[in-house]
Amino acid sequence: MNKKEINSTNYRWQCRRGMLELDLLLNNFVDLGVETLTTEQRQAFELLLSYPDQTLLDLLLGNAVSSDPEIFDVVRLIRSTSFN
Amino acid sequence: MNTDINAVERRQFDTLIIGAGGGGLRASLQLAEAELNVAVVSKVFPTRSHTVAAQGGMNAALANVSPDNWHWHMFDTVKGSDYLGDQDAIEYMCRAAPKAVYELEHFGVPFSRLDNGKIYQRAFGGQSQNFGGDQAARTCAAADRTGHAILHSLYQQNIRARTHFFDEYFAVDLLKDDEGHVLGALVFNIHDGKIVVIEAKTTLLATGGAGQLFKTTTNALINTGDGMGMAMRAGIPLQDMEFFQFHPTGIAGRGMLITEGARGEGGYLVNGDGERLMERYAPKAKDLASRDVVSRAIAVEVREGRGCGPNKDHVMLKLDHLGEDVIQKRLPGIRQTCITFLGIDPAEAPIPVFPTAHYTMGGIPTNRYGQVVVPVKDTPEEPVAGLYAAGECACVSVHGGNRLGGNSLLDILVFGRAAANHIIKYLKENKYHRIIDDAVIKKVVEKVNRFDRVTTGSETVAGLRNELKQVMEEHCSVFRNKEILQQGVAKVESIAARMKDVSIDDQSHTFNTARVEAFELENLMAVALATIHSANAREESRGAHSRTDFTERDDKSWMRHSLYSFENGLDYKPVRTKPMSVESFPPKPRVY
Repeated sequence: MNKKEINSTNYRWQCRRGMLELDLLLNNFVDLGVETLTTEQRQAFELLLSYPDQTLLDLLLGNAVSSDPEIFDVVRLIRSTSFN
Repeated sequence: MNTDINAVERRQFDTLIIGAGGGGLRASLQLAEAELNVAVVSKVFPTRSHTVAAQGGMNAALANVSPDNWHWHMFDTVKGSDYLGDQDAIEYMCRAAPKAVYELEHFGVPFSRLDNGKIYQRAFGGQSQNFGGDQAARTCAAADRTGHAILHSLYQQNIRARTHFFDEYFAVDLLKDDEGHVLGALVFNIHDGKIVVIEAKTTLLATGGAGQLFKTTTNALINTGDGMGMAMRAGIPLQDMEFFQFHPTGIAGRGMLITEGARGEGGYLVNGDGERLMERYAPKAKDLASRDVVSRAIAVEVREGRGCGPNKDHVMLKLDHLGEDVIQKRLPGIRQTCITFLGIDPAEAPIPVFPTAHYTMGGIPTNRYGQVVVPVKDTPEEPVAGLYAAGECACVSVHGGNRLGGNSLLDILVFGRAAANHIIKYLKENKYHRIIDDAVIKKVVEKVNRFDRVTTGSETVAGLRNELKQVMEEHCSVFRNKEILQQGVAKVESIAARMKDVSIDDQSHTFNTARVEAFELENLMAVALATIHSANAREESRGAHSRTDFTERDDKSWMRHSLYSFENGLDYKPVRTKPMSVESFPPKPRVY
């Protein structure tokens, strides 16, 4: 998935959330990590974006762990880009 | 995108609400339940509004934990505002607070409970019993996710009441007629760029704050002062914009808040020389001095070259001496945030911190019915026909110079409801839509379409935005004096003048976030001008506006509200010191 394809998705707007922490983690991931996702991982990312903000925050800050292995995997990838 | 204005879709509603946070959704619910035809426009999905981030809770004198009454709450709010709050609005809010909490309970908000089944209330700073006596416990909370619980409950109630939502639509400008009536707004769908004119007999702005003005902020990216910018372009001044609340310890360069609890547990600040800096600024209270004292101390250290890091642009908050067990037990959230964003475990290394912009006390001037009010000739507060505002984008003014913790959720709910009640009355007397002149619509359509053309403008949105945020942080944050502010005014004016040269790379109509960001920047620019001009002019220290060259509060000259508009620059109006039914609280030194 190249930059142009990413821009034609609604990822960037779906990553505008009610909390700064989510904005930073998710937008950073769209810039740095989305390009390399497999189709299955992209589907898991889209499912993750449909979660309520508070649930997302708990998952992405490591306060909760998803029992869905694909969501777990995408959360791990997002957290791995968080220092940038 | 549509160019022929006859082809532009038009929709008609009794009320248009712009913004779907707690204030907007409380108002829309009241209106929908009164069987009015109400539309809510939100640039993000409603439950992603910034209300979701409010953790602390909501104040109401329920007296479930300590003796309490609304009059004590009123005293604390007036004192907290540093006597700039309007006492009629404050009385109204404090009296309405218990009812607002019970209503939310009925809407399904799961407030935390005491063993006796009553709503639990926690103590916050600035809360007292008996007009400045013992600590009160006044804040109702749904664990640490009160805003989330309120927003989701209100959204569900609105779905039940059949409120019409325009999700992911961006409101560009208000539409007015020659007589000054506000007749709705022009919006576009972020998904496909389609323009819609929403004609409404009444319009309520509930778009939240403008923390994105500053480089370091706790606010989400959506907080770009959209309603404030729209109001200014419609000729309405912004009130008290120099009062912006900062929290001393945000993660440097990122903004996320490190709660005072970290210093309460024994954490302390050190500068680039390894010196425990607060010993010099507050020898007694040290790191537990009030927020503004700690914020300014950090800013002074950085300004004088004693900051940390390669750019010497922050100080360090040291917690590692507390030990891993204490940090894990008492500050688990902070530990997790630092590990996630910095790769730093505070149990092992200090946290880089800098003051972070948190809350916009100023905003669109309203009375306690939520009507937007402007000065007309000798009348300081003449309602603008058909226009209302509520929540952080409004200045009613209950927070005055400084907001108390737990009063912001209360503000949005009480005045969201009050505005809706006034709208219901207004609509009984104003039953028909007024005609919108095509020329008014055409002007906004052309503004939107400007970005359809490939241009060779020399400025980028991201470039100007970053420059603006940096200038605001350096010149209008916690360290203010004449020289710094005047330089800031010149710099912001110069950045604003470059807005006309902005171009965007993306001319598509599908999820064109570049276009949205350009309009957000236009709003931020308006708010920045109002903020820095008002701060430059106010030659005193009051509440969050603290100047090193005018260190005292000056009630004789400055106990008045600032108003800044594009048309008239600065103007002032008196504070409403007369409450609705009780004696005024006269200004006294604000000592805690």
